[in-house]
Amino acid sequence: MLMLKCPNCGVTAEETEFVPGGEAHLTRYTSGSDSQAFSDYLFARKNPRGVHFERWRHAFGCGKWFHAARCTATLEVFGTYTAQTSAPPDDILKAIKAKRPEWEGFK
Amino acid sequence: MSARLPSGGSIIDRETLVSFTFNGKTFKGYKGDTLASALLANGQTLVGRSFKYHRPRGIMASGVEEPNALVNMGQGSRFEPNQRATTTEVFDGLTATSQNHWPSLEFDIGAINNKVPGLLPAGFYYKTFMKPQWAWKHLFEPLIRKSAGLGNAPREADADRYEYFYVYVDVLIVGGGMAGLAAAHEAGASGAKVLLMEQTANLGGRLAVDEAVINGKPSADWIAQIIADLEAMKNVTIRTRMMGSGVFDHGYAMGYERITDHAPNDTAPRHRLWRIRAKRIVTATGALERPLSFAGNDIPGVMLASAVRDYASLFGVSAGERIVVVTNNDDAYRTAITMKNAGLEVPVILDARAQANGPLPTEARALGIRVEVGKAIASVKGYKSVTAVEICSQAGEGTPLETIPCDVVAMSGGWSPVVHLWSHCGGKLNWDEGNAMFSPDPTRPPLGADGTGFVLTAGTASGDLCTAPALQNALNAGRQAATEAGFSPVESAAPVVVASAEDPMMPVWSMPQNAPYKLRSKSWLDFQNDVKVSDVRLAAQEGYESVEHTKRYTTLGMATDQGKLSNINGLAILADALNAPIPNVGTTTFRPPYTPISLGSIAGEARGALFKPTRKSPIDAWQDANNAIWEPVADWRRPYTYRRNGETTAQAVTREIINTRTGVSILDASTLGKILVKGPDAAKFLDLVYTNMMSTLKIGKCRYGLMCTENGFLFDDGVVARLSEDEFLCHTTSGGSDHVYAWMEEWLQTEWWDFQVYTTNVTEQFAQIAIVGPNARKVLEKLGGMDVSSEALPFMGFSDGELAGIQARPFRISFSGELSFEIAIPAAQGQAFWDRVLEAGEAFGIMPYGTEALHVMRAEKGFIMIGDETDGTVIPQDLKLGWAVSKKKADFIGKRAMEREFLQREDRKQLVGLLTENPTDILPDGAHAVEGGKNRYGQENMIGHVTSTYFSPTLNHSIAMALIKGGNKRMGEVLTFPLGDKVIKATVVDPVFYDKAGERQNV
Repeated sequence: MLMLKCPNCGVTAEETEFVPGGEAHLTRYTSGSDSQAFSDYLFARKNPRGVHFERWRHAFGCGKWFHAARCTATLEVFGTYTAQTSAPPDDILKAIKAKRPEWEGFK
Repeated sequence: MSARLPSGGSIIDRETLVSFTFNGKTFKGYKGDTLASALLANGQTLVGRSFKYHRPRGIMASGVEEPNALVNMGQGSRFEPNQRATTTEVFDGLTATSQNHWPSLEFDIGAINNKVPGLLPAGFYYKTFMKPQWAWKHLFEPLIRKSAGLGNAPREADADRYEYFYVYVDVLIVGGGMAGLAAAHEAGASGAKVLLMEQTANLGGRLAVDEAVINGKPSADWIAQIIADLEAMKNVTIRTRMMGSGVFDHGYAMGYERITDHAPNDTAPRHRLWRIRAKRIVTATGALERPLSFAGNDIPGVMLASAVRDYASLFGVSAGERIVVVTNNDDAYRTAITMKNAGLEVPVILDARAQANGPLPTEARALGIRVEVGKAIASVKGYKSVTAVEICSQAGEGTPLETIPCDVVAMSGGWSPVVHLWSHCGGKLNWDEGNAMFSPDPTRPPLGADGTGFVLTAGTASGDLCTAPALQNALNAGRQAATEAGFSPVESAAPVVVASAEDPMMPVWSMPQNAPYKLRSKSWLDFQNDVKVSDVRLAAQEGYESVEHTKRYTTLGMATDQGKLSNINGLAILADALNAPIPNVGTTTFRPPYTPISLGSIAGEARGALFKPTRKSPIDAWQDANNAIWEPVADWRRPYTYRRNGETTAQAVTREIINTRTGVSILDASTLGKILVKGPDAAKFLDLVYTNMMSTLKIGKCRYGLMCTENGFLFDDGVVARLSEDEFLCHTTSGGSDHVYAWMEEWLQTEWWDFQVYTTNVTEQFAQIAIVGPNARKVLEKLGGMDVSSEALPFMGFSDGELAGIQARPFRISFSGELSFEIAIPAAQGQAFWDRVLEAGEAFGIMPYGTEALHVMRAEKGFIMIGDETDGTVIPQDLKLGWAVSKKKADFIGKRAMEREFLQREDRKQLVGLLTENPTDILPDGAHAVEGGKNRYGQENMIGHVTSTYFSPTLNHSIAMALIKGGNKRMGEVLTFPLGDKVIKATVVDPVFYDKAGERQNV
């Protein structure tokens, strides 16, 4: 059971306080968009062994969504950050790179 | 025969006798005894029957690793099967019975399995019971069901109480032996908050049995001193009878505390599950002795060497009178020495090694004990108890050299560190060739949130089997844990330990080394599941190369002891059969809990009414007092109907419907979800969330809206009211409010975070009371207050004011098709308003109605119900709700999906009404319509199913709604619903059965 820090309220709490929301930084495809792009938006999710960006909600706390950068293999948490961004911020990327020099970067 | 020794027993209280029964026979024991030690003290060596062969089994171990001595404990509501006699403390009045035999422990019919060779080999369930086919159902399955499983299931609800504890500590120490105490002392002295747990009732672990001199003190004094030191530290908590059950991600651990198992009259909860977060976890879990694999090693009287001396030292019990020791290491000599010193006979020590000249063998020889090196047991004689051993050369094939009468065989195949907790969360192991064991690799620990290891091992659990290095290792572990948890421990002086040195052991996986099949097929590995050396060899021969597969195929290590004794021996046999090195074969996965924990402790207090609390409306108490027949609706309970004197439920529903259609009725609609959406971008936001256009809604007006997922599927509906330019009140389904609220927040926070919108869930802030029926307005007028005329408050309008002096917001919306006012009242005044309405309505015959009348009336009107007409694959257009899907909006959630070809097909399942040919035939919910021909499975072609079905008292006719393929084009068709022995035919009609023009609600 993970421990995560909510970047909104600053509380570090048990996983049971949070609700996972799947892959972060999806691009929404809307009316008129390409059929394959829309299908991928709906159904195609990354499932990496290693660095992953996820959405979480502090459901039994402040109620806010946030993002977590996490290693799916070791469960190491590189950092949590605001949900109001379409890409991981630089400090998170740096933190990951420091721990996982071989990581290819956010795509 | 086993018996109580005249003296000795460091943890029993010979002054306090306790009385208990085993299989109905009364025995005496002492306070401090386990059930196992007390049974042995009374000469009861036969305690159970094995799982497959029903062989007689006795007590083999003295702790959690015991595979055989499982008993049924207690009676009635306190009955529990599979309780380990070795970890059950006796108390006055304890009742236990043995398991897995019929008709009795002494004479068991099932033992015939033992006499038919080859009947139940490895994987027998894949090989037998195949033919003839009929026999499975009528012969094999009933027999297997009767014989499967150990013990009996309890038949009554558990009378005991359980609870959780949540704690946060700096350092958690699992194990209260020498290592755990030492590590706790070092961590505690640094100021760290320390929790130490010990699964037994006593601290000290093996050091209490295998004595040494530490810093000039006998071990008993050292233990007493360190306990006193720890008790003096306010930051250290010690709990006994508490097992470290599991280690999980990020420093999470579980402790299982047995509070009243030994004291049943205590009023405390029986078990407590501790949910612990620790910065560092130190596993000081010790080591377990391994059995040796020789023929007849399961006969009662064959025991672990350490257990034999535990019973003598701790409980003053001799396991027998003539004890043969068989070993591959020096440690087992301690048993011979202990027993000899207790005045018992030790006719021989059989040591598989070529020589034994260390201090312990020397001491044994000095006591006059015969030591035979290079020797082994060819086979054990006896059936219900050991009578003798035949000895042979370890190097040979088991040719007997000599028969030595004895009643106990004390065996030792070496020791394995308890690595379970280290491994639960990913700690890796190394193979220690010298000690023939897996031990934790400190460079590959389980990793925490910060990527550093959070589990350390201490003492023998680290793989240091001798006292001096184990103690040093534990002190280091305690300090390291404290340091890593942010404290500054003080380095103490290295301990001075005087203990017997030990020569290297020799791995012995098969005894004798080249045992033929005849011996291998009587050499047990897993005593509880009856898996033998021959079974593992057979599995390897049949191609089971992976240890995980072999485990499942042979059931090795799958019993309630999870292979604590059998796993290493089993995988060594597998490695040998595969001709592979042991570390390449590897271990099976260690999973929590370490030993079985009670289901009650997992449930904790979440039982009965606390399992899932019920949400209640402000009118709940009144309804409960007025014959409400409750039904669950999401987390709520709502009245299905209100039965009056002598009515059936169906009669009550009919009365409520007719009263509503012809007079006036009242409904508690408080469970309806209510979400306030406010802000400069509220209208823009709702245009995206609803399929309809909400931005054009006028202030003071209501509009029915639909919500879809991005897949285009309908998931919630409700009426939206515009309170002001920038404020909307969105009604949701009763079960959907939390989800819709979270849904809105998700989109606002993660996609449209630039929108200036606030949402808040006000579901429980308001009671919602509907006054419904042709006389509804008259009741409101009688209540007095605001203008409720059709001019001031037209259909699909709302206004704020007062009714009967209470703040009220009536909405002119209708789910029944009748003139209807749904009135929102501040929750605290809901009951008062309800009472006033009943008073005012009395003259008009007002009565409450429940959810079933509501359902029937909405079906009469063809209104859909989320969850009935929708199932997560239905789009609004399927339900003739295309009018509520905006074609003007550039975007809304689900719009892109609706552009998909598949969602536009004309042969999708579409909503239709159904009238049965016979007006009193009611179609069952979910009934399938079929249409000629067969599908590729030879079944009738199904074209759709019934989604709602009722008898309509208004129309005096059965009515139904269904989703039927291409339903829009089937008006007037007669559909066939085969229902087992009969067929119902129904005509496709418009789903609006009543008042198609909607005149009744718009007055």
